[in-house]
Amino acid sequence: MSEAKYTFVQGNTACAEGALYAGCDFFGGYPITPSTEVAEHMSDMLPRRGGKFIQMEDEIASLGAVIGAALAGSKAMTATSGPGFSLMQELIGYACIAEVPCVIVDVMRGGPSTGLPTSPAQSDLLQAKWGTHGDHPAIALIPNSVEEMFTETVRAFNIAEYFRTPVIILGDEIIGHMREKIRIPAPGELEVINRKLPDGDGVCRLPYRADGKNPACLPNFGKGRFHVTGLNHDGSGFPTMDPSIVQGSNARIIDKVYHQRELIDKVEKIQCDDAEILFLAVGSAARAAEEAVAVLRSQGVRAGLFRPVTLWPFPKKEFRAAAERSKFVVVPEMNLGQLRTVAERMIDESKHPIVPVNLVNGEPLDPEFILDSIKKCCLK
Amino acid sequence: MFDYSTMLRNEKLPHIWCPGCGHGIVMKSLLRAIAKTGWGKDDIVMVSGIGCASRLPGYVDFNTLHTAHGRALSFATGVKLSQPKFHVIVVSGDGDALAIGGNHFIHACRRNIDLTLIVFNNGIYGMTGGQYSPTTPYGDKAATAPHGNLEPDFNVADLAKGAGATFVARGSSYHVPQLDDYIYKALTHKGFSVVDVVEACWTTHGRKQKTKYKNNLDMMKWQRDNAVPLAKAQTMSPEELKGKFVTGILHDVDRPEYVDRYEALIESLKGGDK
Repeated sequence: MSEAKYTFVQGNTACAEGALYAGCDFFGGYPITPSTEVAEHMSDMLPRRGGKFIQMEDEIASLGAVIGAALAGSKAMTATSGPGFSLMQELIGYACIAEVPCVIVDVMRGGPSTGLPTSPAQSDLLQAKWGTHGDHPAIALIPNSVEEMFTETVRAFNIAEYFRTPVIILGDEIIGHMREKIRIPAPGELEVINRKLPDGDGVCRLPYRADGKNPACLPNFGKGRFHVTGLNHDGSGFPTMDPSIVQGSNARIIDKVYHQRELIDKVEKIQCDDAEILFLAVGSAARAAEEAVAVLRSQGVRAGLFRPVTLWPFPKKEFRAAAERSKFVVVPEMNLGQLRTVAERMIDESKHPIVPVNLVNGEPLDPEFILDSIKKCCLK
Repeated sequence: MFDYSTMLRNEKLPHIWCPGCGHGIVMKSLLRAIAKTGWGKDDIVMVSGIGCASRLPGYVDFNTLHTAHGRALSFATGVKLSQPKFHVIVVSGDGDALAIGGNHFIHACRRNIDLTLIVFNNGIYGMTGGQYSPTTPYGDKAATAPHGNLEPDFNVADLAKGAGATFVARGSSYHVPQLDDYIYKALTHKGFSVVDVVEACWTTHGRKQKTKYKNNLDMMKWQRDNAVPLAKAQTMSPEELKGKFVTGILHDVDRPEYVDRYEALIESLKGGDK
């Protein structure tokens, strides 16, 4: 029981196992391809551990139940895909302003609308940041392997609980359904962070009073009879329209994330140091880009891969540094340029031309497609 | 004399409700019913959505959760399933509970989860200025029905019963002692309970019905004159009941409750793979 073990599972199962490792004891969800295996695994495992699974009537209700459970003290999670993720945007904003920790898994598929339910895409990169109305913190992790579906889910819970904010995991149909051998660490091997509760008797009269660096320190329901609302509120949690308070509280929920980036940031850099052709890629597209880098290197081309594992907040400084020596920045992605728009804002295209490689036909992005796409413009 | 101050966040008063609104009457009825249960304040979670009635949790001294429009029942479901020790009460207006929250409403009924829903049914969207709701009477004028409402209205009790709620009552903001009793029975019922409270909104609804009401008192008189207790209603024909509303405990049955079933599942899985 207390040893690491190896298993051969699909990404969605690894995600569910990661949640259980992190202490998730509540799952509310609605069936949707290609994420459903997360819910299926949780529906089996949670009651065996005394946890709770509920299949709600839609994705809005799923996230509502998750937020309610989190306020009652649970570590709570939901999983969905594009259409459901769209529905969840409403309550993602609620969780942001009410500072409720929760994890939302979006196993991306082709879109818009019903799109390509069983095909991979990276359709929701920007929705994960800008989907809900109003300014809000956005944290999104984007695994590129089955093992990372496990480890990043653990990390998602840690970040959510520490910062008291929703954390989004962006899987995709490939990562979600692919099977790989993974190592499940022994209990205690990976750090598991639980939310900070008020000291002493656990009661806090001003649960939302916090400075710019810190998240709120809400008790769980049952301690101190406080008020939670999606209206702008003061330190006590009650609604206010006082401009001097609203200005500060709207900024604080974002600042708390940006002031402790070291707990959130994660980037993988493969041969970036001397890269003249720098790939910027995430998720399953980064798997193809990694292979493209290997092929190019074998041909004597100095190529490298910059892969944000934490997509939001975007690792701007590190990306700029990695792009500094590049002649081209190639952005392969399974959408029509969502990541590219981010890169455009970060670097000077007159010095580092951006080469988009976009695939939205429902097929996986493969190394050959990337290499063919850049042949004319980047390779002599 | 009942001491409301022990259950209110007195510093948050006065409330936002208009003169002539029934919400204050129903809130007091709810507080008296809660007091009768003897539940500790720390053990009560009160949840609401958005709208005039949904501001109620801000005024009461419990664990309170003011959620998004229509979503109160989904949050409440999460609270209750996560921590079954809580007594979870949901307060909601008719638009909140039945239009944007209609899907959550029918599924909470079907699931028979141990929550109590009080529908503050004034037949209008008050907070946004009097647009027609799912319970606005046919023909009434509203901000978005200046020529009269073309839609038929929901019968909340029939809807709840049909969807599987195990306790359904209907009262009004005029018949207060009866309402106390209905709410108390709903709170202590095991399973999903709904109390439909017929109310009035003079400010955004009554004023526009020139031929029906002269003032807000007329709206209360309408409740007095058109409520038909269940026993009497059973002797009346559908024709005779037209334009009236039936009050009383309309449905009260035992059916396995959702959280109980879940706890039993956990118990049955203890001690290894099954």
